[in-house]
Amino acid sequence: MQQADIEMIEPLLGQFEDRRANLIAILQEIQSTFSYLPQEFLRRVARKLQVPLTEVYQVATFYRCFSLEPRGKHLVQVCLGTACHVRGADVILERVRTETGTTSSATSADLQFTVEPVRCLGCCGLAPVMRVDRDTIAHLEQNKIRSVLRKYRPKVAKGADGSAVEPAKAMAGTEVGQ
Amino acid sequence: MKAFYIHSLEDLHELSTAGNSSLYPNRTKILVGMATCGQAAGANEVLQAVQEEVEKGQLPYFVMGTGCIGWCSQEPLLDIWVPGQPRVTYGRVTPERARKIVRALPEIQHNWAVALMHGDDNPITGKFKKYWSSKNGHKNGLPSYKDLPLFKHQTRLVMRNCGIIDPSSLLEYVARGGYLALWQGLRKHSPEQVIREITTSGLRGRGGAGFPTGKKWQAVREASGDPKYIICNADEGDPGAYMDRGVLEGDPHSVLEGMILGGYAMGAHEGIIYVREEYPLAVSRMKEAIQQAEQAELLGDNIFESGFSFHIRVVKGAGAFVCGEETALIRSIEGKVGEPQQRPPYPAQQGLWGKPTCINNVETWANVPVIVTRGGKWFAGVGTEKSKGTKIFSLVGNIENTALIEVPMGTTLASVVYEIGGGIPNGNACKAIQTGGPSGGCIPADKFDLPVDYDSLMQAGSIMGSGGMIVMDDHTCMVDIAKYFLGFLQDESCGKCFTCRVGTQRLMQIVTRISEGKGKEEDLDLLEDLGWLIKEASLCGLGQTAANPVLSTLRYFRSEYLAHIRDKRCPAKVCRELITFAIDPVTCNGCGACVQVCSGSAILGEKKKPYTIDAAHCTKCGACLEACKFDAVFVN
Repeated sequence: MQQADIEMIEPLLGQFEDRRANLIAILQEIQSTFSYLPQEFLRRVARKLQVPLTEVYQVATFYRCFSLEPRGKHLVQVCLGTACHVRGADVILERVRTETGTTSSATSADLQFTVEPVRCLGCCGLAPVMRVDRDTIAHLEQNKIRSVLRKYRPKVAKGADGSAVEPAKAMAGTEVGQ
Repeated sequence: MKAFYIHSLEDLHELSTAGNSSLYPNRTKILVGMATCGQAAGANEVLQAVQEEVEKGQLPYFVMGTGCIGWCSQEPLLDIWVPGQPRVTYGRVTPERARKIVRALPEIQHNWAVALMHGDDNPITGKFKKYWSSKNGHKNGLPSYKDLPLFKHQTRLVMRNCGIIDPSSLLEYVARGGYLALWQGLRKHSPEQVIREITTSGLRGRGGAGFPTGKKWQAVREASGDPKYIICNADEGDPGAYMDRGVLEGDPHSVLEGMILGGYAMGAHEGIIYVREEYPLAVSRMKEAIQQAEQAELLGDNIFESGFSFHIRVVKGAGAFVCGEETALIRSIEGKVGEPQQRPPYPAQQGLWGKPTCINNVETWANVPVIVTRGGKWFAGVGTEKSKGTKIFSLVGNIENTALIEVPMGTTLASVVYEIGGGIPNGNACKAIQTGGPSGGCIPADKFDLPVDYDSLMQAGSIMGSGGMIVMDDHTCMVDIAKYFLGFLQDESCGKCFTCRVGTQRLMQIVTRISEGKGKEEDLDLLEDLGWLIKEASLCGLGQTAANPVLSTLRYFRSEYLAHIRDKRCPAKVCRELITFAIDPVTCNGCGACVQVCSGSAILGEKKKPYTIDAAHCTKCGACLEACKFDAVFVN
């Protein structure tokens, strides 16, 4: 964990009163700031609220929105609601996993993507759907997944012939251009 | 805008005039449907294009976002209202089209327009606001909303303002008769009178169980204990259901008004809205509405100078389906794990922090202002003998018009599916409708003469539930659907009761076995026995209804289960272990589109010659079927 992260946690915790009822709200704030719940922070929350660490873990592992592992840069939530299911959500999920390299773990090795199935995004009229970060993408087809995800991948500059070139070369090219 | 306060009926009237000036301005108004689903379909880009066009041409138009009118299949929606003219609705609008539509104003682009709105109904005042006075309901052949099957059969009490007002404008809500009920309740009625109206109305809880709302309110009022709490259950977890999202995003003040009236009637001073975190727009809309109501002093101390005080805050859920159950939801607000508790004591006696608590669903709360202004008797005139009023349904799945609809109780399933929904697309046959989410069941198409009300659906082996209706055609496998719901329930079971925790896993194992063609006929009896056991021995609604999806599909579609077991065949061609993909050598022209998309490198052959599929490597994902433009790929 970065020193900067450790310095951020105290002001974050300071926003909340030391009440047991605030446990979920505090964990949500940590999750949205750091994209996961670092162990050290859970200890601090337990101390602050005067509740056993086991109880903090109980809550952190019960609710779906919390993650104890660092998440990727982009969170891909594939909707598995009923309407999406009858329109082929399972193959969409499979394709998203192969495209992002998350077939065996929730987060890709390059920490670009975390893929998680969600129960229903409430956009059933546009099924099948998924959400990438704050964008909801409607009427998915498995053959469109690759182009949808391209937007969220790190930029790879194109050479003059349209082929991808090494980032270093691309940078050099830009400099020449300028 | 300068600060304003609402303390009296005169204030309401005055602000209503101000609201009317943006609701029905004297210049052209352009509306874009900006609910979550609209945005997902591209409404942000459409709105941006419209704004750019208006700025560029320095056009005197009024541009604003609105909530969801419920016509999901036509999203993104763009509406143009020219004073004195019917409102013109454009469907499936792209930014380019939006630009052209705006540039051509006041001319209508007939090839893109889908309907005309000649006015709007206001159930609070009982009045119809006419936009247009021609006897002829049509304008150059465009259908009117009141003639469209999708809207003709609807009665919009709860969704009265959705798609009409700007949800972030308190003034427009007031202009539509908003907070009139609150004034009447607080200044003209005693708390007991408000409860009496609710009881007379026959309103039953819209969250799914259908408990009489008046009775619940009476119990909380009579319960000893102080303070008392009001909770709005907006943890809409049923997959395939988004009625509450529609109301929260499209008309947030209607929920607040209902809750304040409830607080007054029951003697509570604090309300909590528990919204699921998967609905970020609904959360921010509710927070904004609370802030506006506080500024206008519709929330806070001495509301309408009646001496009554009420406060509301939003609590965000953390992603647990079981928290839709009232006792689990209360635990979650208390910052704990959402495990349901034994009832009695009911929340009405011992709820949040052990105090008397009234929990109602979003739709129930939004009905309250209508009942208070129009009277319980009037409301009881809508619907059937035992189910009063209207119900919102999300009509989704394999249906022509995917939509959010509000119909009087007692409307038949046939009318919902074939008239309002416009039937099944691509000429496919309708097989069943799934209602009530994971606690509900599947009703076969030959039972569609059934009226939609609490009791009829229960008798048919399903439940009303919160209002999700998922239409299934003959490409849907009922064994797969049962498996889907079991997977859901097994994941979402909180684990407290052994029967639910392990029972759902065993059900899942058996159904999976059947879907793989490895089932035995005895398995069907086992499913029934186990289902009954889980129902009898589980504590909360989740466990007690967990077997419904299996039991209802077994009841109506036993032959499909048997086809999987005896013939090792999936009639709908869905269950992967029982199907194979193949390419018809005569139809295939060797274009190679399938090769590009195959996830398993299972397509063999060379360009311009018929391809074949290598069954050993085929993952049965169906990408080739989706990609083939010549219908050469088929499923066996």
